[in-house]
Amino acid sequence: MDALIEKLKGQIIEQLNLAEVKPEEIKPDSPLFGEGLGLDSIDALELIVLLEKHYGIKIQDPKDGKTIFQSLRTMAEYIKSQGKS
Amino acid sequence: MKEIISYAHIKHNQVSVNGEVVFQSNSSLTLIEFLSEAYKNLGASYPKFHKMDAQCKLGFLCAEFALKGTNFLTENNLSKTAIVLSNCASSLETDRVHQHSIDDKSNYFPSPAVFVYTLPNITIGELAIKHKITGENAFFVSEQLDADLLVNYTETLFQGNTKAAIVGWVEVDGANFEAFIFLTENTENINKSSIFKPLNKTSVITIYNQTIWTH
Repeated sequence: MDALIEKLKGQIIEQLNLAEVKPEEIKPDSPLFGEGLGLDSIDALELIVLLEKHYGIKIQDPKDGKTIFQSLRTMAEYIKSQGKS
Repeated sequence: MKEIISYAHIKHNQVSVNGEVVFQSNSSLTLIEFLSEAYKNLGASYPKFHKMDAQCKLGFLCAEFALKGTNFLTENNLSKTAIVLSNCASSLETDRVHQHSIDDKSNYFPSPAVFVYTLPNITIGELAIKHKITGENAFFVSEQLDADLLVNYTETLFQGNTKAAIVGWVEVDGANFEAFIFLTENTENINKSSIFKPLNKTSVITIYNQTIWTH
């Protein structure tokens, strides 16, 4: 799980152009939206694309994103649950 | 009286403010590399900058350089401040990036973060968001900088509620890029510096051609 979380950090920084964010600054359990990384609605769409592009996972219902994208850990757990890590 | 109080011009991998080159980078840098260097030079801290497309980055930086050292944002009512920009290529550069992402049906991953920049007036939106400017705005597409159009339109806005405006040209087309932005405000009854120029076509053309580029 830790390796997947580390991998996700790099992919998120690249996909979302978070040029001023270092991987170590993204905590596994910190919220990705709001007070965490401060991501916005476009970033949420980019995360959906990221899952499809890198892990072949299609989120059928965008409402599920709220749970899946709570934190790095919830993202990693979701990817694992889909057998795609 | 409406006067131009500050202006910035970016081209040839250089930035000039009020006619003087204040930053230049290696001419071999790509546009994105140059913009990144200019951003660092400006000393700004605005993480959203890195998410912008090239045109928005260019417009954002040019406006920041023009604004730096002025009281434009604090002295003017931002709900009565307009933004009027123009260019030739519209959002063509980002349109190309988006098109490239959907060319291959077997590798079809259009990026929402790219797609949102496939309109030229998003550059206005980025400036408005950064500085909480809520006045009038317009984006014109013309073959080249049309000083007559920009001055006449801005003058028309001043006849309404507008008291100040950020006006200019922000163009990106492949490796070719240029931004030129001036700040204008109603300086009636305010004792301003004599370096300011009246808002008219002659002034705009004069300041546009003023910078002596070093390469």
